[in-house]
Parts: sequence; structure tokens; C-alpha cells
Amino acid sequence: MAKKKLSRRQFVASSAAASTALIAAPYVRGAYAAGKLSIGFWDHWVPGANKATETLVKEWAEKEKVEVSMDFIPSQGNKLLLTIAAEAQAKSGHDIMAMSTWLPAEHARNLEPVDDVMADLIKQNGNVNGTVEYLGKVDGKWVGVPATVGSQIKGPCSRIDLLKQHAGIDIQAMYPVGSAPKADDWTLDAYLKAAEACHKAGFPFGIGLGTTSDNVDTAGAIFHSFGAVLVDKDQKIIVKSDPVRQALDYYKRLMAFLPPDVPAWDDASNNKWLVSGRGASIMNPPSAWAVAKRDAPQVAEQCWTHGMPSGPKGRFAPFLPYFWTTWNFSKNKSAAKSLLRHLSTRDAAEKMVVASGGYDLPSFDKLTDFKTWAEEGPPKGTLYHYPNPHNHQILSVAAAPTPHKIAVQIYVQALPTKMIVKHFQGEPMEKTLAWAESELEGFMRS
Amino acid sequence: MVDATISAPASRQMARPQSSLRKTMQRKSTIAFLMALPLILMIVILVLYPAIFSIHLAMLNKSMERFVGWNNFTFLFGRQTFWMVVQQSCVFAITAVLFKAIIGFIVAHFVHNIPSKGQRKWRGMLLVPWVIPPAMSCLAWLWLFDPSYSAFNWVLALFGVGPIPWTGDANWARFSVILVNIWIGAPFFMIMYLAALKSVPDQLYEAAKIDGASWWQVIWFITLPMMRNIIAITALFSLIVTFANFDIVRVLTAGGPIDMTHVFATWSFRVGIEGGDLPLGATVSLFMVPILSVAAIFILRDITKRGSEV
Repeated sequence: MAKKKLSRRQFVASSAAASTALIAAPYVRGAYAAGKLSIGFWDHWVPGANKATETLVKEWAEKEKVEVSMDFIPSQGNKLLLTIAAEAQAKSGHDIMAMSTWLPAEHARNLEPVDDVMADLIKQNGNVNGTVEYLGKVDGKWVGVPATVGSQIKGPCSRIDLLKQHAGIDIQAMYPVGSAPKADDWTLDAYLKAAEACHKAGFPFGIGLGTTSDNVDTAGAIFHSFGAVLVDKDQKIIVKSDPVRQALDYYKRLMAFLPPDVPAWDDASNNKWLVSGRGASIMNPPSAWAVAKRDAPQVAEQCWTHGMPSGPKGRFAPFLPYFWTTWNFSKNKSAAKSLLRHLSTRDAAEKMVVASGGYDLPSFDKLTDFKTWAEEGPPKGTLYHYPNPHNHQILSVAAAPTPHKIAVQIYVQALPTKMIVKHFQGEPMEKTLAWAESELEGFMRS
Repeated sequence: MVDATISAPASRQMARPQSSLRKTMQRKSTIAFLMALPLILMIVILVLYPAIFSIHLAMLNKSMERFVGWNNFTFLFGRQTFWMVVQQSCVFAITAVLFKAIIGFIVAHFVHNIPSKGQRKWRGMLLVPWVIPPAMSCLAWLWLFDPSYSAFNWVLALFGVGPIPWTGDANWARFSVILVNIWIGAPFFMIMYLAALKSVPDQLYEAAKIDGASWWQVIWFITLPMMRNIIAITALFSLIVTFANFDIVRVLTAGGPIDMTHVFATWSFRVGIEGGDLPLGATVSLFMVPILSVAAIFILRDITKRGSEV
């Protein structure tokens, strides 16, 4: 067998060629050269709305050569909440995760700061409101990017005909399409009078006082309108204050005109109340109207989404942003941040808004003027004021500005609505306040 | 020759471990253990590990960064809501088990007296509430109790009664969750009691009849003593399951109104998962352990007693 002898020159040349190939290999852009990325999105209730997100992600993945896998996780049955809790415990899971209102703050120590992304997005899309900043910024660092998908304002959605007929209010004139609200007279007192009139006519307002999110959000906004705060930002319990007493007293008067079963309402109850045609007004994002459009078109034609009534301390609307976050144990943080930028462009946000029929709300100032809200109907323009385009309301969340770890307990344990129901059911004001104070002391646990 | 005498014991020594292993492997107990091993491993992974982990969790602070010993337990002792949950759990479990036992006992007698030809159909139908997954049946009950569109209230309205706030008023809400628990659980009692009834020797009843015993005396002096063990075991087993119930309360009232229907499992979920305080949630759920342990001791003691009687 003839042996071929390798010369020293040949050896050096082939070694150099092999080394070059090895070093250069990662920079050769193959089909998925930039690695893998897994994303856990919130599963949208609007049929087809996930498709817009899916398309946007695939576009980005193709351009950036990233292999993506997407899971759309429903919030029903707390599936999303449980997945997030499990991933936080296991320190493993999706690279990007959709988190609702309080979750970014709760999981802040496991989240990758996104100050760089937010700085660029604010420059590009305008400022975010104070509530987004309160929920998404922990210890001065952004821990999530406000998501268009799932973010919502839970303002009033009222029946045009019933308000006009029984309360003498022309809600369309007050909130006209294409121009700023003329709602100076739309105060909490006016709201109470309208609630009384509609109750007398057999169409009570449907304001829930159970323990789920919709109920707490409304109570939170009305508490803010009175300046009622349970714990201040320095963790001082201030529940025994005049604004809290005023808010409870107001709610006691309002509750007399609500359906008697509101303490048992969940997040579906108010929707059903409006769709059934039994109620003149509820507080909800446009999901109730969207369901009415399908199931009770004659009701949907009379629905108008508008602003909150103002109280002594201002006009506050409940705003619940969703966030897209990246775990700090993610293996592809740079790709995750790149995707977050892509999903937050004006074009991407508009596609999501269109796909959701106007339900989803971008959190940035410059993204509240899409045509969808002005054109959706019937009646045409019913969603025009939904994204608060004229900034006539302060977007807020119940329990703010209390530090997160206490605020989340106030919110989840539904302390405001429990206080309201207790007081309405005959418990003296001071006893209710003392009970709330004792609950708050418990929430201070560290 | 010398070689042979030396090498023989050595070879026996070499062979001994092999034969003893073979013997061990051939023992019935070893085979039984090996066959049960997958199940033992599953119990260790799915029961023992989570149990130990929850004890570990219960001894951490809220952010799970610091060991705090029994602090979470002592913290709960000072909370008004916790004691309300303890009270509600006890009322819920004891009332539900009592009614399940009474209804199960009565229905078992009815079924026992049906001629054996048609009995199977009745047994099957009566077991339906127990066989349907509770989450599903609870949803159906939720629609019946719906705050605004209750089917019950619609029927009551036809008679000019109501509407009743089934889940909106604290007492009605408690009544509703107990009622659904009874509906789901009574068939289990029925089937257990039916099996016990069938094992009572007919001669005893015949003798009682000859002696002129009344219906009540037959129940009191024959049926109940003969069923004593099965009644105790069923009641205590059900007490454990009812005490740890989650789905019924979660689906029907989610603990409301004003926390008036929370039981340990639902409050633990509210505090731990929804409220993001896993250590406190784990602590709440661990409070079920001492209470359920007492019940378990009773069950085991009763089983032992029954075994020795046999």
C-alpha cells in the first residue's frame, strides 16, 4: 500500500484552512443562524386576532433567521398565570412571555431589564402613561414592554337610547366622533342621577362588586376620582381618611340603584348584562359590544363607548396594560429584544388593533389615532373615544400608587369592592375601615 | 489432591453470592417489591416530593429568599380571614358529609329494595353525578345559580317567589356550594352503603321478623351495627376529600361574596397563585394536614379494627 507523505507546508496550509472554517462557521447565515426563540403569548378571545401576531413574528423570524415557536396561552382557568409561576420556579421556559398587569412587578427579579428597548420605543412612539410606568418599571428599570395585545381601558359602554330616554343624556353629543369630548357635566353626581333614573325605568347600570378584575378596576377608578388611597407610596396605611369615606359613601348610594346580585358578579356578568338588553350601562372594554354585535345586533347598534365621569380629584379611567417580558434566564435575549422592537412599531400595533376589532390598545401616545376606532360600528365611531385620544381621562389602575407587593394584594384580594359591599350591607363605616386596616396590615408582610 | 481440597471451598465461596442473589430474586416479597416499584417511584415523585417542597416553601419569606421557620404559620394565626376560612372549611365539610351520609343511606335502602332485575339501571343513573367531572357539573350548576339569569329563579318566579341571590348573599352562597357538594358526593355514599347492605345476612332480618321487631328496631339493632365500619370509613374518607375540595367553590363562587365561602384550598390558591405569595399559600394549604391527619388516623384505626374482627 503506497503511503502519501504530508509535507510541513501542506500541514500548515491545511491547518490554517481548517481553523478559518471553524472560526467563520457561526457567521455563515444558515436558515436559523440566529438561534431559537420561544414565545408565550396571551391567547386572544377575538377569533383570528392571534393570526396578526403570528404573521408579524414569522416575518421577523424570516428576516432575522431565527427559529421561533409560539404558544398562545389562554388566561381562562388561570392557565397563563400558572405557566408563568411554573416557569419562574423552574427558571426555564419561554424566552418571551406575555404578562398581565401586576405580573412584571411580581417577577421583576427574574426579568431582563429592557430600558434600552423602552428608550427607543418612547422616542419612536411617544410617551407612555403613568400607569404603564408604575406597572412596568421596578426600581427605576423597565422590566417589560407594554404590549398592544390584551391592553385595555375599562371605561363605560352605555346604551344611547336608554340614557337619552330615561336620563336625558345624549351620550353621542357628549362624546362626538372625531372631536374632543364635551363632558364637563359628566360628573359622578350626574352618573349617580343617571343610574337612579335608569334603575327606576327597569334598566339598572351593571357595575359589578365581586372580586374579579372588572369589579375591582371600576371601584379603583372611582376611588381615585375621590383621591381615596388605602396605602400611600411610602407604605403608610391611610385607609381611615375622608376621601375613602366619601368614596364608600358614594358607592353606597350608587349600589342602591344596581342589580341586587352585583356582589356575586364576575368578569362575564357585566357583559351578559349589557348583551341581554337589561342594562343601560356597564364598565368594560369593547368585548361586550363585540359579543352583542354577534348575538344581539339591536343592542350593539345602541352601544357607545365613552369616558368616565369625573370626581372631586379628576376623571380617572381603569387601564390594564399587558406586557411582553423576557426572562433573565432566556438563552436568546438579543433576539427577544429585537422581536419586542418589531412588535412595537406603529405598523405592527395597527395590524394588531385591526385584527382585534379595536379591542387592543397600544400604550404609546402616538398610537391612539388608528382609523379602526373611528370606523368600527355599528354605530359608526362607537369606539372613537375608547383609546382616550384626547387625553381627557387619567388612565389609572386600582391600588396605585401603593408599592407593588402591597398593591397586588389589595387588587387580587379585591379589598375595595369588599369594603364597599360590607358598608352597603349595613356595616358601620368605621368598622369597615378598621377591618380594611387590619387586612392591609396583613398585606404588608415581606 | 491437595489442590482439590483447597479449591473446593473456594469455589463454593465464589458461588454463594450468586445463589443468595438468585434466592432473593426468587422470594415472593422481592418480586412483589419490584412489581410495586414503579408505583412507589410515582408516589415519591408525585406525592412525597411536592409534599416536602410545600413544607420547604411554607418556611420561606414572601420573596422566597430567606428561611423564616414557623413565621408564616404564626402570621396566619393573627389573621381574621384565616380563622374565617378555618370555620368555613369545617362547616362546609361537616355539613356536606352529614347530608351525604344521610341521603346516601336512604337512597341505598331504596335501591336495595328494588327487584334485582331493574336495580342495575337505577344504580347506574344514581351514580351519574359522581361520575361526571366536577368542573363540568359545577359549570352546569353555575348556570342554574347564575346571579342574573338563574334557571331556579326563573322557575321560582312562576310561583311568585324570589329572586334568590344564590351566590350573591353569604348564607345562600354557602348553602349553594354545600348543596352541589352533596349532589356530587351522595352517590359515593349510596354505592358504599348498598354494598354494605348486600353483605348483611338475610337470616338476621328473618330472625328479627320472627321476633316481631319493628322497622326502626331492624334498622337500629341490625342494619346500622352491621354497617358500622363501612359508615365510619366512608364518612371519614369523604371528610378528607370534602375538606380539601377546590373545584366546587372555585367555579361557583370563587370564595365570594366577601370571602364568605372560601375553604382552605381556594384561599390558598387566591393567596399563593393569584396573589403571588407562594409561601403563604403553601402555609394555608398545610393547615389541612393536621386536621386531615386526625381523620386519617381514625380511618386506619377503624380499618385495623375491622381487619381483626374478620
